[in-house]
Amino acid sequence: MAAANKIAVMRSELGRVRALGAGRAGTAHWWAQRVTAVALVPLTIWFVIDALRLAGLPRSVVAHWASHPINAALLAALVLATFHHAQLGLRVVVEDYVHGERTRMALVLLIQGAAAILCLISLIAIVRLATVV
Amino acid sequence: MTDSRDALMLGRASDGRLVRRPLSPHLQVYRPQITSILSILHRATGIVLSAGTLLLVWWLVAAARGEAAYATVSGFLRSPVGLLLLFGWTATLWYHFCSGLRHLAWDAGWGFTLPVVHRSGWTVVIAAAVLTVLTWIVAVIVI
Repeated sequence: MAAANKIAVMRSELGRVRALGAGRAGTAHWWAQRVTAVALVPLTIWFVIDALRLAGLPRSVVAHWASHPINAALLAALVLATFHHAQLGLRVVVEDYVHGERTRMALVLLIQGAAAILCLISLIAIVRLATVV
Repeated sequence: MTDSRDALMLGRASDGRLVRRPLSPHLQVYRPQITSILSILHRATGIVLSAGTLLLVWWLVAAARGEAAYATVSGFLRSPVGLLLLFGWTATLWYHFCSGLRHLAWDAGWGFTLPVVHRSGWTVVIAAAVLTVLTWIVAVIVI
């Protein structure tokens, strides 16, 4: 008994609760994943339908479509929800399969950085496209 | 302790000994089933779709940059490789979409009995296939 008991848990139950559990984030991540998922349901349907309508058409038509504030806003919402959702999901994959604190943290930061940059590029492209005409 | 999650992997054996629990699940001991296959597919399609966002970013950036850049991206998307990528993208998107709705239903507390789980699983597969085919029928008509 004595030897086996040396596996020490250096944390009280209260400490674990206060630090929001082993993930240290409570349900914030889980909830954000669901909120973005729900948002992406109508946004995805809208985007696929409009993408099909724009398929094969010249750039001027695409620019005209994007110049409508509703389309530009929905496009921006789609991009924001997509990259936030993707980043949250990929993070879980990394946390599940990558062991070792440093590699895991490096990968998570890389994913978040890439998602943020791609999201910003897309948003700026949308603004530019919407003001072409 | 090197990993904070080790704290959750401590348990007691039947004789009261403290033991380090094995990490679960051990995929190799399970027979593949519709439940596990679809769960793995949901994650796999999520990863593929994340990579697929590059196509969306490229399209948006090209459209913003000008006629020449837009012609390049349009040309690529109409090429055999581009069409194959787009087909894969739509199939992956619709699977993740339908499977995601199933997950949201579970989050709402619906559909946990085994018969319903099997039925909703096959519904997701069929719905994703139908939506993919439908998308491409429309695409062929439009283009």
